[in-house]
Amino acid sequence: MNEPVIETRDLTRYFGKKQIVAPLNLSVPRGSIFGFLGRNGAGKSTTIRMLLGLLEPTRGSSLVLGEDSQNLSPQTRGRIGYLAEGHHVYGWMSIAECARFQSSSFTHWNDKIFEGIIRHFNLERAMKAGNLSRGQRAGLCLALTLAPEPELLILDDPALGLDPVARRSLLQSMLFVARGEGRTILFSSHLLSDVERVADHIAILDNGVLRANCPLDTFRESVRQWVLHFAGDVPVLPPLPGLLQSFRTPGEIALTFANFDESIMAQLENLGAFRIEEVPLSLEDAFISYLSERGEKSFFLQENGADGALKMDVEQPSRNASQEVAR
Amino acid sequence: MALEFRVTTGSNLPIYRQITDQVRRAIATGALLPGEQLPSVRALAEILVVNPNTVARAYADLTQEGVLESQAGKGLFVAQRRQKYSRAERVRRLDSALDAFVHEVLFLDFKAEEIVTVLQRKLAEIEGTSASKK
Repeated sequence: MNEPVIETRDLTRYFGKKQIVAPLNLSVPRGSIFGFLGRNGAGKSTTIRMLLGLLEPTRGSSLVLGEDSQNLSPQTRGRIGYLAEGHHVYGWMSIAECARFQSSSFTHWNDKIFEGIIRHFNLERAMKAGNLSRGQRAGLCLALTLAPEPELLILDDPALGLDPVARRSLLQSMLFVARGEGRTILFSSHLLSDVERVADHIAILDNGVLRANCPLDTFRESVRQWVLHFAGDVPVLPPLPGLLQSFRTPGEIALTFANFDESIMAQLENLGAFRIEEVPLSLEDAFISYLSERGEKSFFLQENGADGALKMDVEQPSRNASQEVAR
Repeated sequence: MALEFRVTTGSNLPIYRQITDQVRRAIATGALLPGEQLPSVRALAEILVVNPNTVARAYADLTQEGVLESQAGKGLFVAQRRQKYSRAERVRRLDSALDAFVHEVLFLDFKAEEIVTVLQRKLAEIEGTSASKK
């Protein structure tokens, strides 16, 4: 039960000389709703296409539902639902024809789900796919992807271009599908509010490098901000492990850390501040702090074995005061 | 059920904390009474459009604190109120909550007496509403 549904081993892709995905070791636990995050061009779609066998890796491999991505059997493909980026449809077909066409390539088709989703998006079967708005097209694609009730659902930026109401319908549909025993959803997104609602695990890709792969709560608990107040000038900081960002204002310095612990607190307490307070971060603030770090990509979150504890390796042990960002 | 949950994304409080806070507040004000049943994990997750694990975590935390108790096969209910923290722990928690409060209001330039008056009124309000419902 607990073997991952997706597992990559040094999965790597170059386009020409440019590395798009650095050797990637990612595992997606069964039953999770897995948010795949990263900025534009981080390599998310490239990774997804390699997972599905639509693109060959330059090096490395991946297993999806226990099979090599490059040799997925038709049976295994039938257990995977894939929503490609951009919500493409065959414009000359009616919605009913799209459904017939799609259902012919799957062994299983739940028309109740199809009907439920198209109604959610105010669609009727007689409508021509080519005449639909962006949001309606998204609804149609979603219905076509979900009706076969796939065991593994891979959605590449499903919320792109959707209005808030359509986005909420999308999230409801995702949660509905995830209710089934052992169903897994991997979705890429830029919308952290959606991620916060539905994801339980996240992975963060930054310039092709995996920088986090952990439960969402673990990520939030690991990125913490503290403000130190000083009576006089803010002293020069010693190297502090895990420091992501610092902002100075007169008499004050705000420090954001990855994987904050007691030993760092002890160091902060020695700096002579008259008050130290934590400023809770929203998911978005935590994400931005985590990715806006300059210089070496030095932090890595990883789930460490069965106890689920978080381990972060800090390859570059410190950053010093000269790298602080002045506000 | 009279109680209405609301969650917002983008808050500096994670969603499970928003849920636990709302349940605690509802109990403090008497909107939820001892013995009242809470919606199931699945039902609340559906209403709020959030991952069921988030609701499950909030309920687990509340159960662990003794705020809720589960009755096998029936679901989760508001527990009879009892204090599970030691005196020292309660003092520590009061102190840290007050620290946060004091830092927050320090910059608003109220006199100490004004702050105390408002605080007393608020506490009286909460006691009033929970007493009137019981």
